Amino acid sequence: MLTLEGLTVRQDSFELRADFTLETGAMVAVIGPSGAGKSTLLSAIAGFIRPSAGRVLWQGQDLTPLPPGERPVTMIFQDNNLFPHLSAFDNVALGLCPSLKLASAERARVRGALARVGLAGLEERKPAALSGGQQSRVALARVLVRARPLLLLDEPFAALGPALREEMLDLVAELCRETGATLLMVSHDPRDAERITDRAVLVADGLAHVPVPTARLLADPPRALRDYLGGGARG
Amino acid sequence: MAERGRQLNLAVGAGIAAAAVVLALTLGTLGAVAWRAEFAARLGPSDWAAVRFTLLQATLSALISVTLAIPVARALARRRFAGRGVLITLLGAPFILPVIVAVLGLLAVFGRAGLLSQFLGWFGFPPFRIYGLHGVVLAHVFFNLPLATRLLLQGWLEIPAERFRLAASLGFSARDVGRELERPMLREVLPGAFVVIFVICTTSFAVVLALGGGPRATTVELAIYQAFRFDFDLGRAALLALVQFAIGAAAAGLALWVQVPQATGGGLDRVAERPEAAGMGHRIADAAWIGLAAAFLLLPLGMIVLRGAPALFSLPPAVQAAALRSVVVALSSAVLVLALALPLAFAVWHLRGRRLAGWLEALGYLSVAASPLVMGTGLFILLYPVADPVALALPVTVVVNAAMSLPFALRALVPAVARVEGRFGPLADSLGMRGLARLRHLHLPRLRRPIGFSAGLAAALSMGDLGVIALFADPEQATLPLQLYRLMAAYRMEDAAGAGLLLLILAVTLFWMFDRGGRVNADT
Repeated sequence: MLTLEGLTVRQDSFELRADFTLETGAMVAVIGPSGAGKSTLLSAIAGFIRPSAGRVLWQGQDLTPLPPGERPVTMIFQDNNLFPHLSAFDNVALGLCPSLKLASAERARVRGALARVGLAGLEERKPAALSGGQQSRVALARVLVRARPLLLLDEPFAALGPALREEMLDLVAELCRETGATLLMVSHDPRDAERITDRAVLVADGLAHVPVPTARLLADPPRALRDYLGGGARG
Repeated sequence: MAERGRQLNLAVGAGIAAAAVVLALTLGTLGAVAWRAEFAARLGPSDWAAVRFTLLQATLSALISVTLAIPVARALARRRFAGRGVLITLLGAPFILPVIVAVLGLLAVFGRAGLLSQFLGWFGFPPFRIYGLHGVVLAHVFFNLPLATRLLLQGWLEIPAERFRLAASLGFSARDVGRELERPMLREVLPGAFVVIFVICTTSFAVVLALGGGPRATTVELAIYQAFRFDFDLGRAALLALVQFAIGAAAAGLALWVQVPQATGGGLDRVAERPEAAGMGHRIADAAWIGLAAAFLLLPLGMIVLRGAPALFSLPPAVQAAALRSVVVALSSAVLVLALALPLAFAVWHLRGRRLAGWLEALGYLSVAASPLVMGTGLFILLYPVADPVALALPVTVVVNAAMSLPFALRALVPAVARVEGRFGPLADSLGMRGLARLRHLHLPRLRRPIGFSAGLAAALSMGDLGVIALFADPEQATLPLQLYRLMAAYRMEDAAGAGLLLLILAVTLFWMFDRGGRVNADT
């Protein structure tokens, strides 16, 4: 269970508060207007931003003092998820060992993860020699080997075309179901949110609201979200 | 958190240690010098003459370089021709060209037995005299005209092409374009270019050693050398070193006050369409300026190759040994520069936003104002009680060379570290990459280009340096530049030409190797 306990993040004049819990295995969309603090919320959970008050807990353990690498979290960023100078294999292997010293069983795990996301045979390619979709798959293979129980997606597929994006989202959903991971996913597009999440957190006006069922939030959006989605999007 | 705090402290600690080394080398040596300077000692009339000459030659050199650069840069900015790119690249070459080699080349063109004097001889004129003020200024213009041209060319290319098109549509003549577009740009760029060259020329040593001298053409740097080497008057050398530092600090202060342009290096390949300068007269004038500038740069270099090639493979053993020593010194200096610059750059990044970061970076640039001879004198005074400074001539040279290259390395590395950390820092953090793993798998691969460039520059500058080594070395441990200077002083011009070509080849090769090594297979 993920608990945000009176979490407050302050950056200059901007402030974001969050106070809710998510049970293990939940699939949650984070939606809201641009600049409302969706990425900030994920960064605070992942440990990139130090909260000015409150705590982040996972299964009762306080994560707040831990650096990002030691949290039970994998985060996929908007971009720069792969090191351009390393092969697909090494990029995934970093998820197992930051110094890239792998035992043979671990090497097999890396190869297995790459095969699982459909990249068997492309292990030695560097990111520049992979398509955008394949690069996303490498990042997802790393999610698999890291096997951290909490997966945070900060719109990593925003640059992909609609069909490819849906393919990636479906793959994310499959991986989460297989590993039992808890998912928090920033989304711009309500259709993306509806596609794989069952609950949604609205971030608006300095507050990350308590999660509600995604379908209900989108069917009857509060004012802040309605302004953002536009009148034509939903009734 | 404790683990992370320790990592951070390690990076910051290493940076502070590097800064302390730089501080000791610059202000520490200056302190040693000041402590040694006897206050009874006063600057004599010859010392004041040296101060006046230093300022005079630097002013003239900067003025002439900048003035000549105006028509050359304008011609390059508005003409497209085969070899333009190569010529612009060559304009960057004097930076890594060993000074003493350039002097050798200039002697072959402008010296007593040089091309110019032969040419004058055909018409019954006396040979051109290169020694003295005009020789020093000539050599400084040789080195700095290219720099000034690049700085001004950049200014020209930063004028938006649309403005030239607008000027053309309004029917502007070349004179109108000059008044409305070019002069405002020059007003901004010229003072900075002048100051940069002035600063460089106040600390110039090898040129003055080779072409100056005597009561009427001695700079403060040369006076330090003479007081130290010939009179062994440490008190006077120390006093002069303080004077030199004051000049350097004042000049650096001037550079901070004036907006100094930065040579970016890239983007000089564009040419704006300039209908107003399409007339035959303009084209002939531009061609003449480009031709003259190219000849002024290439003739001395060509003479080095021409005269040096026959002697290259029959060099005396002393030259070969000196070359080997120089390569070792250059490589050590390159390693040392990285050992100082990388921790400093990481510490500046870790401390970003805090005042200490600014201080650390400023310290790294301190050696711009320091003079290698002052550093050398200070190190001599510090080492003298505990060790034989002559035996340490080469290590001291390595250290001083590294300190002098540090500002260039920092200028390449500090922004590069910020870029790499900004782009990949969060990913590395989330993967728990710290310490050595981060260095090996993130920093070294992503910083290859600036590291290669910094190391190459440091190696080339150290390879060609004739400064502090002249203070210390005995004949058994001369570097190649010093050996070359000795051959020239002994009028063994054939061997000198061979040694000069060897030095040129080594300096360029070292730079090329490192710089290239940073570029090939770099996935960006």
